[in-house]
Parts: sequence; structure tokens; C-alpha cells
Amino acid sequence: MDRLKAFVKKNPAFTVFFLLTLGVIAVAVFAPLLATHDPYEAVLADAVQPPSTEHWFGTDRMGRDLYSRVIYGARTSLTASLALVCIIMTAGTLLGILAGWFGGILDAVIMRISDMMISFPGMVLALAVAGILGASMTNAVIAIAVVSWTKYARLARSLVLKIRERDYIAAARVTGSTTSHILWKHLLPNVLPTILITGATDIGSMIMEIAALSFLGFGAKAPTAEWGLMLNEGRAYLTAAPWLMIFPGLAIFITVVVFNLLGDSLRDVLDPRDE
Amino acid sequence: MSENHELILEAKHITRRYPAPNGRTLTACQDVSLNFYRGQTLGIVGESGCGKSTFMRMVVSLEQPDEGEFLFHGRDITKLKGEELRQHRQKIQMVFQDPAEAFSPRMRVMDIICEPLLNFKRIRKSEKEAVARRYLEMVELPGDFALRYPHSMSGGQRQRVGIARALVLEPELIVYDEATSALDVSVQKTIIELLVKLQKEKNISYGFICHDMALVQSLSHQVAVMYLGHIMELLPGDKVADGCVHPYTKAMAEAVFDLHMDFGKPIESIESEAPSPLDVPPGCPFQSRCPKCMDICRKEKPVLKTIAQGHQAACHLYDLK
Repeated sequence: MDRLKAFVKKNPAFTVFFLLTLGVIAVAVFAPLLATHDPYEAVLADAVQPPSTEHWFGTDRMGRDLYSRVIYGARTSLTASLALVCIIMTAGTLLGILAGWFGGILDAVIMRISDMMISFPGMVLALAVAGILGASMTNAVIAIAVVSWTKYARLARSLVLKIRERDYIAAARVTGSTTSHILWKHLLPNVLPTILITGATDIGSMIMEIAALSFLGFGAKAPTAEWGLMLNEGRAYLTAAPWLMIFPGLAIFITVVVFNLLGDSLRDVLDPRDE
Repeated sequence: MSENHELILEAKHITRRYPAPNGRTLTACQDVSLNFYRGQTLGIVGESGCGKSTFMRMVVSLEQPDEGEFLFHGRDITKLKGEELRQHRQKIQMVFQDPAEAFSPRMRVMDIICEPLLNFKRIRKSEKEAVARRYLEMVELPGDFALRYPHSMSGGQRQRVGIARALVLEPELIVYDEATSALDVSVQKTIIELLVKLQKEKNISYGFICHDMALVQSLSHQVAVMYLGHIMELLPGDKVADGCVHPYTKAMAEAVFDLHMDFGKPIESIESEAPSPLDVPPGCPFQSRCPKCMDICRKEKPVLKTIAQGHQAACHLYDLK
């Protein structure tokens, strides 16, 4: 308990953003308790109503309660983007470490594939992949993962290239550490903080990318409650019913800001020198 | 003088070249032959870039020589690979130059000291703290340091941790790569005293790299002087001050500063910089800076010749005698 207090006192910014993040996650987890209506129940008689005490954020063109849909949308967006970041972080870091440590052909193959990936504009390639696979949330995640892992591979590789020449790696070899031990115990712990910080700041942009794919019709399909899809649905009514775009947009904005700030403050926490 | 000591490691005609830009090669070590004896210290002195660190990295099998072999108790260790090489590493350990760089920043002192033992499954994880305390006390640090992180310790304390790590496997040979040059002079002295004490207790062989002449001769039984990858002179440690014969060794020995020197005398220094190791001229590598350079020095490379017992020099000045 005392250590927790000391930690909070030392990292006030991180604590605040961590609690906010927990809040966002709690919204997703407790969506059924927070929602006032069934997000999928269409009451055509109530279509396109402005915000009121009954429907806090108004209703969409099918007469569904927008507030409940935004709340449920957190589930879709967060699970998809967290899964996405986990996938690209693990795959990218693993490939990057292998490329950086072993070099040679392995390095050349991994890095040339990654060069191919970044020679396209990311979104265009993701659109192509999503288009081939067909529109669904899983496919949107796969499509973005295919184009985004390179960032982590490059980062991990450059960190490994820097670390592998350090004396403590030579020391580990002289003291009889096996290669897997060096990779696991010496390389990974020193690569991970930077990777985690990048990952945390990436959650925000991944939420945006998934929303963008859904907005363009390559991600979530109607009637799923998903922020990007909701923006698209409200697009036609922008002047007549602006709340259809304002509230999902605000939800994306708040979530992205919270995760970005968390990522930034994580940097200060993970600096090993002031442990 | 070392003949009555058991030979542990024999370096025979070691040559190491690195490819350099424009198709040139950098020869870091050229035909280096040195012996390590049990309980004895071999010091290697030379300017930066003379190949002494490269040689020591080959001794601990971090790099492989291009030519020549290392015989450890008569067994060629340059051909070892994989698990065989790993098992062999227990015999030769190393202490690094910069104590801030030599430890993974996320490991506690006890994890650092016990890692070698755990690598070879010599202890169980539960014994870590006790073992670490024992070795910390051996290098004259408080046992409580076992739970600290190296970045919360001073340079001298960290270097002691480095020594403890090199000791745990009970090796036959420990290599010190400028292990004291990053430390304050006062700390240097206590570390050297510790090293000498540990050597007497455990009868280990040391390889000690240094560019401080005075320091090297104080603890070495044998001193090898290196210049541009070549051994210029090999002599007993106690003869460095007044028994050295090679012009380069003499210049180095005269350049030693100490409190008792005569400051009225002009300070002799070697003219000019060392030539680039990329284009070592034919003949003697030291010819361009040698005050006694002769015609033959520009044509023919001098070889090591025995001058007295345990004393060899590579210089044409001593061909004639």
C-alpha cells in the first residue's frame, strides 16, 4: 500500500491517465449496465430524434438510441484495437529481434518484406487487403495488422542492433549464457519498454484506423455498434441531425486522446534509471 | 622466469584482420604469440588501437582469429562451437572496461553475480542470495548490495561486482580489459590490491590490459608491449622501468608521470601520431617515430629475439649483438 502511494506521488500524470483509461475500459466492460436502451432495438417511429431526457444523444435514422450505441461501440472499438496492437506488437517485435540478432539472410528477408509494406501508403494497402478478404471486423484487424507490424519490427531491430554490441551482452556470452537465454533475459527486457510505450501511443491511432476502415465500409457491418460505421451512417444527415456524427466523433476523440496521453506518461514510468 | 609455472593458455601466431572500406584490411593483431601461466599476470600495454583489446576478446572466444590458435592446456579452443564452447567458457572469464556498460540495467546485483552459475546449473535459484553475499564479501563489498541495482552504485563498487561475476565460476584465467581505467586513481589502487590478493588466494592467471605503464608493471609478472598489432617487447614486469631495450618501450616508460619525477627536465614525448593501422609500412611498424631508425628498419620487419631470460624484443638494434 505504501509502495502504491509512493508510486502515485512520483507519477501523478501516469496515475490520472491510467485511471481515465480504466474508465474507458470500464465503459466497454459494463456497457449493458450503462446503456439505457437496447442498442439494436429499432423503433422507426422515434427515428432521428434530437437529444432529449429519454434519448440522451438522440436517435439514429432507424430510431435506435444513440447513447446506448456509443456505449456499446466502445466494446467493438476497444477489443478490436487492443487485439490489433497486441498482434502487431508481438509479431513485429519478434521478427525485429530475430532480424537484428541473427542478421544475414533472415534479416534481409524480414526487412525487404517490411520495405515492401511501407512503400505503399498504409491505408491504401489496408483497403486492398480488406477488400480482398471481405468486410468484417476480423478482416479489418488482419488488414491493418499486415501493414502495421513493420513499425515494431524496425524499432525492435534497431534497438537490438544497438544493444547487441553492448558489453553486457558480451559479458552474458562469456559467462556461458545460451542464445535463447540472452534473447529472453537480456535483449527482450531492454527492448520491451520502448516497444510498450510505442504500443500504448499506437492504441489511439489504431482506433482511428479501424474506425476509418469501418467508415469506408471495409470493417464493421451494419447493424454493429461501431463508431466509424456510426459516423458513416450519420453522414447523410450531417446538417439535419448533427448529433449523429458529433457523439460517435466525440467518443473517438476522447478515447484516442486518453490512450495517447497514457502512452506519453508511460515513457516516464518505464525509464529504468530511476528505479 | 615463468618456466616453473604451469602453462594454462598458449596463443600461437594469432592474426586478426578486419575488412575496411575500399577493399583494404585492418590488421588488429599480427602474429601475436603469448603465454598465460597459472598464478601469474600477463600485462599488455600499448596505445589505443594497438590491438590489445582485440587480442583479449579472442582469448575469451568473443572473436575468432583469422590465423593461429589458442591452446588451452594443449587443446585448440579456436575450433570449439556450440555447447562445447559454452562449457569451455567456464575456464576463462572477463572483467570489462566500463562498469556502467557491463551489466544489464534491469538486473539486481545478485542476479548478475549468480547468472554464470545458473547458466551452468551449478546452484539452485533459492541459493542465489546466499551465494551472492559470499562473493560480495570476497570482493570487499557489504553483502546487502545483493539486492541493489548496479546503477545505484559507484564505479568502483560496480567494478567489484564485475570482478565477483568473473570469480563465481572459479575460472583458471581472468582477463581484465582496462578494468581500472574508468576509475579514480584512489579507487584504482584498492582494486589492484584486491586483484593481487585474490590471485594469491586462488592461484588464478590474469591477463591485464592497460595503457598505464606504471600500473601494469606494478602487478604484472610479464609485460607485453604492443604497437600496431605487433608485440614489440616482452619482458618481466620488474624490468620495465630500467631493463627495457626497445625504443618504443623506453619512450613509454619515460613518459610515465609521477610525483617524484624531475620537472626541471624537458618531458620527452614521441613525435607525431601512430600511423593508421590500415597502411602499416613495410619493415618495422615503429620506423616512422623511432629516434634510432636505420635503413634496415624500412625494409625488413624485425622479429622477436631473446635478449635475456624471459625477455624478448623485436628490434634491429639487437640483431647485431
